[in-house]
Amino acid sequence: MSKTILKVDDITMQFGGVVAVNNFSMEVHEGEIVALIGPNGAGKTTAFNVITGVYAPTNGAVSFHDELIISNYPQGKMKKMYAGENHGKYTKRLEKTPDQITKLGVARTFQNIRLFKSLTVFENVLIARHMRSKANVFSATFRLNKKEEHANREETLKLLGIVGLLDVKDEIASSLPYGKQRHLEIARALATEPSLLLLDEPAAGMNPQETDELTAFIKKVKEQFGLTVFMIEHHMDLVMEISDRIYVLDFGKPIASGTPDEIQNNKRVIEAYLGVPEDE
Amino acid sequence: MNMKKTTKYLCTLIAAVAFIALLVFLESNKNKYGMAVTVLQKGFILAVVAVSMNLLNGFTGLFSLGQAGFMALGAYTYAIFTIPLESRASVYYISGMHPVIAGIELPMFLALIAGGLVAALFAAVIGFPVLRLKSDYLAIATLGFSEIIRALIASPQMDTITNGSYGLKSIPAASIYVVIGLCILSIVVMSLLIHSSFGRAFKAIREDEIAAEAMGINLLKHKELAFVISSFFAGIGGALLAMFMRSIDSSTFKIAMTYDILLIVVIGGMGSITGSVLSALLVTASKEWWLRFFDEPLTIAGVNIPLFRNGFRMVIFSILLMVVVLFYRRGIMGTNEFSWDGCLRLLRSIPSRIGSLFHKKEAQAK
Repeated sequence: MSKTILKVDDITMQFGGVVAVNNFSMEVHEGEIVALIGPNGAGKTTAFNVITGVYAPTNGAVSFHDELIISNYPQGKMKKMYAGENHGKYTKRLEKTPDQITKLGVARTFQNIRLFKSLTVFENVLIARHMRSKANVFSATFRLNKKEEHANREETLKLLGIVGLLDVKDEIASSLPYGKQRHLEIARALATEPSLLLLDEPAAGMNPQETDELTAFIKKVKEQFGLTVFMIEHHMDLVMEISDRIYVLDFGKPIASGTPDEIQNNKRVIEAYLGVPEDE
Repeated sequence: MNMKKTTKYLCTLIAAVAFIALLVFLESNKNKYGMAVTVLQKGFILAVVAVSMNLLNGFTGLFSLGQAGFMALGAYTYAIFTIPLESRASVYYISGMHPVIAGIELPMFLALIAGGLVAALFAAVIGFPVLRLKSDYLAIATLGFSEIIRALIASPQMDTITNGSYGLKSIPAASIYVVIGLCILSIVVMSLLIHSSFGRAFKAIREDEIAAEAMGINLLKHKELAFVISSFFAGIGGALLAMFMRSIDSSTFKIAMTYDILLIVVIGGMGSITGSVLSALLVTASKEWWLRFFDEPLTIAGVNIPLFRNGFRMVIFSILLMVVVLFYRRGIMGTNEFSWDGCLRLLRSIPSRIGSLFHKKEAQAK
């Protein structure tokens, strides 16, 4: 078995009295494509936001490349209100911010596209290179980092060429057609040099043809950049075609995990999606 | 269609030489063109502050209204350390100068930098709590800070340092070349920053904070950086204003000053450096100079035209502002910058624009 890249342990996320994600654990191994599926409101995006540091979990821990990046336990008011499991198992508090997690090599895209709308395609990708730049504010202002800046620009052009956006590089991001905006968001994530790419519903709102293109695109960049991919998706044909393993969430609780074939024949998953027949 | 690089350099060179020649001409005929000299200097000084505010409001998307406070810090720091030792007794005639600073006189440039640094230091300290706020709340917090600074400067407890409400006089002046040169230098440095990778990070924060953070941009660090740099240049702007006016007091830095700067930024275009500079010059010129004649009583053919009296120019000025804001919603320049190519395009489009005017009329006639 290959190396574990991302390990999520007993994540519980409680907002007030609502438990959005309940005791969710999972692993992503190097080189895999793992999908997280579930009906609407199952807590998939919340799980994503916990992993990328947007929310601090109420309880649980996340490690990346065997390094603990997030850990928390119910504190303050939450101590009394906590409705999840494994109370007391975690005693450490560690919350890396999203930018620190990105720096470690976790890049993500968003469910509702979040591009830098009024900037050009080129700038959108170039901004992602800023994080890896060694220049400080003085050397950047007085152009003492010319070499690095030049290299960043070259690198950006190369990346745009790979993802097929070179011909629209000077367009304003919001003027691109929807499908290309999705591609640009992935390109921007790639520019941060990640080892793990998180995609939040990359095919949302796409027609079958665009979905096929996207499937091929994800496979291509995964091979080319040696990535591990973890994604949330609703398009079952896309999920079944490209994922190695699938986790299923329902009402915040993990209900199944396994290969696409196993999931397709899993009774609980079918029930969660189609509903339980009322026996008489 | 686009110009060659060498042509552009040549154009820039010609423009620069023409500008310097204009300055020399105005300076040597000061008596005749006193108003132009004043307006140019004040316009450029306000342009520095406007660009610094634009850096924060237009490029980083932080709505801050503390500019006057930071200007006051810069201006007072500069004034305190540059008033000649021999005239200090006459300036601080009420309660004398604090012994610690009484003997220190700094050269002009050092005092100028010190003015910027003091403003930057204050910004760094208040930045950590204040920059966690967003939009309107940040504006209120920074506005409050600016008023606190003004009140502190005017308070009797500060008499031996800031001379309280009596203000400071006898601040050494500099020639128009030095003032405008320093202004241009400040604006160029800010423009370099905005076009560097940090400037792009600032724009990313303006566009979408969550996405910027996901791209590895540390929000607090970059916001703090923008805030400190903007305040540094506001401080420099304040110091230059003190240099130009030669006497300052706390009422110079009321909220109205911040609003004037905000007005310049909005008229010029949020997110355009050249827009801010252009609008600073235009606003200053129309406020102080071009609209002056509305203030004088006017008599045509023996009839005294009503309304033409002292203060009427501000009415006209306000109407002009409304017109500009109505027709140029995103400011004169929007988020664009000046370029020779843009100039050429504008020149070339003039015939077709005029043509289309006539065509419209013809169409209507039919």
